[in-house]
Amino acid sequence: MIPSDLRYTKEHEWVRVAGDEATIGITQHAADQLGDIVFVELPEPGRRLEQFATFGVVESVKAVSDLFAPVAGEVVEGNAGLAATPEVVNSDPYGAGWMLRVRLSDPAQLEQLLDAAAYEALTAEG
Amino acid sequence: MTGTAQTVVSSRGTPLLSRHVALGARMIDFGGWRMPVQYTSILEEHRAVRERAGIFDLSPMGELFVEGPDAGAALAGALVTDPPSLAVGRAQYSLICAPDGGVIDDLVVYRLAQDRFLVVANAANAPVVSDALAERLDRSRSILDDRSLATALVAVQGPAALRILRPLADVDLAGLDDYAIAEGAVAGIPALVARTGYTGEDGFEVFVEGPAAPELWDVLSAAGAQAGLVPVGLGACDTLRLEAGRPLYGNELDRATTPFEAGLGRVVDLSKAGPFVGRDALARAAEAGPRRSLVGLVVRGRGIARHGYPVWSGSRRTGVVTSGTLSPTLGIPIAMAYVAPADAAPGTMLDVEIRSARAAAEVVPLPFYSRAR
Repeated sequence: MIPSDLRYTKEHEWVRVAGDEATIGITQHAADQLGDIVFVELPEPGRRLEQFATFGVVESVKAVSDLFAPVAGEVVEGNAGLAATPEVVNSDPYGAGWMLRVRLSDPAQLEQLLDAAAYEALTAEG
Repeated sequence: MTGTAQTVVSSRGTPLLSRHVALGARMIDFGGWRMPVQYTSILEEHRAVRERAGIFDLSPMGELFVEGPDAGAALAGALVTDPPSLAVGRAQYSLICAPDGGVIDDLVVYRLAQDRFLVVANAANAPVVSDALAERLDRSRSILDDRSLATALVAVQGPAALRILRPLADVDLAGLDDYAIAEGAVAGIPALVARTGYTGEDGFEVFVEGPAAPELWDVLSAAGAQAGLVPVGLGACDTLRLEAGRPLYGNELDRATTPFEAGLGRVVDLSKAGPFVGRDALARAAEAGPRRSLVGLVVRGRGIARHGYPVWSGSRRTGVVTSGTLSPTLGIPIAMAYVAPADAAPGTMLDVEIRSARAAAEVVPLPFYSRAR
C-alpha cells in the first residue's frame, strides 16, 4: 500500500530518487486527510529549497496545507499537469500526482527520512 | 496535517450517527455534535445535489414550537418579521435580533395552524434562541415548547427530490409550494414536510421524532437509490449554500452584524404594527445606511480566498472575507466578504490577500448560482 521504494517525511511528503534527481509528492494519507485537492502552488525552476522548509502549498476545498521539502536542492520542474487536474493528487499521489523534481544538493539527507515501514507505523498511530 | 477524526467524549450523536459511521463518513465535532463532513468527496456530493439529489442529516438544528392565542403576536414582537401575516401552511425566513440590532440567529418560521408556529434555529444557536424566545414570550398567552433534542431533521435536496419523496408521502408534495409546510406521514412515519432548504435547489426538509429517523433515512435512501441519491455531509452543505449566496451564522452573520450590512434589510419589517426587540436600533440603522456591505467575489487565479483573509481596494484595506471556496459548479474560487459600501457595486475590482500575495477579485451580485426553473 505504501510504496516501499520511497522515503517519507513526518509531514507526509514522499521522495523518489534517481541518480542525483529527486521527485517529490504527498502521500495518499495526506491527500485523504485534505479531501478534494483543488490547487497546488509550487516554486519556479531554479528555486533553491532547504530541507524541511516550506516550498509551496496544497489547497483542498476545506483546507490549506504547507508543503515541506524532504531534501534540499534546486527545483528542476514542477508538475504542470496539476494546474488543470489537481485531483490527480488524490487519485494517483505517487504517480501522475507528483509535484516537483529537484536536483539534490546533499544525497546524505535521505538518511534522515523515514522508510516505508517507519512511515506506515507513523500513520497507523492515526 | 489536519488529524484523523478522534473521539471527543463530550460530543453527542444525532439519531443517525450509526448510519454515518456505517457509510464510512469522515466525522468531526460540530458544535458538540458528531457530524459527517463527507462520505466520499465534497466535490462529488456537491455535484450530486446539483444534478440529482442528496440526503442530509440536519438533526442538530433547533425546533421550537410556539403555541397559544398570542403565539403569532408574541413572535411578531420577538422577531424582525411578521409571522401573523403568514397563511397556515406557509413559512418565512426571519431573524431574531438583540435590542442593539445585532443578529442573534437567522431562522425559518413555519405557521402550522392559526395558533401554532414552528421556529427552526441553527444548531449552535438553538439554546440561545430558546432562552431569548422564552424571555420575549413571557407574559403572553403562548407556550414555548423546545423540542430540538427530541426532533430529527432529514433533508432531501436536488432536482430529483420531488420524484423521490412524492410516492412516500401521504400529502401532495407536487402541490406543496416553495416555503410551504404540510403535516402528514412519510413512509407511514408521522412528519412535517417543508419545501425549504439552503442549497439553492428544489428540496424538502422532513421533521420526525428522533427515534423514527433511522427508518426514515433508510427508506429515503432506498427509494432514492435509482435516482442517484447520495448522502451529503457538512463540507458540501457549505459549498452548496455558498454558491446559493446564503449567509451562514458564524461567518456572514453574528452579534456584531445588523441585517442591513448582510443584505437582509428586506427581511426586517419596520412597517408591522407594534414594537419588536431591536426595532429602534434597526430603524436608526436603516436610516443611517450600513457601514459595510456583504458582497460576492469571484477571485482570479486558482487560490482560494478563505474566512478572515483581508480585502483591499488599492492601498486601502476595505474589508474581510467571510466565506470562500472553490465553486464546484463554476470551477472558480468564489467568496463572500464585507467591504466598504463604496466598494460594493458589482464590477468593482478589489484584491484579496491570500497568504502573502494578492489576487484580483471582482464584486459580483449574489447568488453565484441559481437553479433553472
